[in-house]
Amino acid sequence: MSPERAILRDALGIAIASGAYAISFGAISTAAGVSLLQTCALSVLMFTGASQFALVGVIGAGGSVWAGAATAALLGSRNAMYGLRLSSLLEVRGLRRIAAAHLVIDETTAMAIARDDPRQGRLAFWATGFALFTLWNIGTLMGALATHALSNPRVLGLDAAPPAAFLALLAPRLRTREPLAIALAAAVVAIAVLPLVPAGVPLLIVALLVSVYGLFGRAA
Amino acid sequence: MIWAGVLVASASCYALKLAGLSLPQRWLQNQRVQRTVPMIPIALLAALVGTQTFSVGQHLVLDVRAAALVVAIVAVALRAPFLVVVAVASATAALGRLI
Repeated sequence: MSPERAILRDALGIAIASGAYAISFGAISTAAGVSLLQTCALSVLMFTGASQFALVGVIGAGGSVWAGAATAALLGSRNAMYGLRLSSLLEVRGLRRIAAAHLVIDETTAMAIARDDPRQGRLAFWATGFALFTLWNIGTLMGALATHALSNPRVLGLDAAPPAAFLALLAPRLRTREPLAIALAAAVVAIAVLPLVPAGVPLLIVALLVSVYGLFGRAA
Repeated sequence: MIWAGVLVASASCYALKLAGLSLPQRWLQNQRVQRTVPMIPIALLAALVGTQTFSVGQHLVLDVRAAALVVAIVAVALRAPFLVVVAVASATAALGRLI
């Protein structure tokens, strides 16, 4: 198989897996009380999974929309770092940059920077981006429609779905000791301050603390 | 109100993506920044797992969602695919409520 065909096959595989993941986003979002149209708008306009889950997760847990929005933006900060890594590879200007920016996410970055040949890297970025965007939005609509038809999503245990989803997103990032320690500390701090501050705010406190630790703490 | 949050958060996320493609490369060379940015999603995702499992609004509670989390941890440790992790956790909570 030519490298190009292999790239297209991998892109489709990743997009299909993400589409399945989007089904659970659509279901969780609708169960959280976010409307069908808002759920679909999130997948079209925000198009970065962890941030979308965080926004609807905070809303579903009774937090303020703005705490959810701030958490979503903080989670999206890693996409800026991906963009920095991708810019010399993609070399996009004007309208193409406007379009490319929307596709800068975990999966497209991983696919693009894994190639030695820049031309293949660009193909991987665009192919993964377009396939994933398409299936991500189809999956969201399917999940949202399915849950929309249910009278009480709680009966299906869908309120236990967001933590499981966050855990599944987190697990691949915990391969060494430091991330694991950060994750445990963050969970403990968030639970400890939860009764003291409005819903959603524990997340912002944790984000602030970890940023201070990363920027000013002892270098590893 | 939800619409405003959806639109502002979406615009913020897009602005961050565009900033990455547009900012000068030397921003990437700051080691402190490089080390901190991957820490933020780890801390936030862990905090989300903790708070969404053990609370209702501003109150700490222990209910079937804790059992669902344990099952999800086992599924993740067994490298189950994303949908399976979410499905077994939901099923655990649903079953727990039936009992």
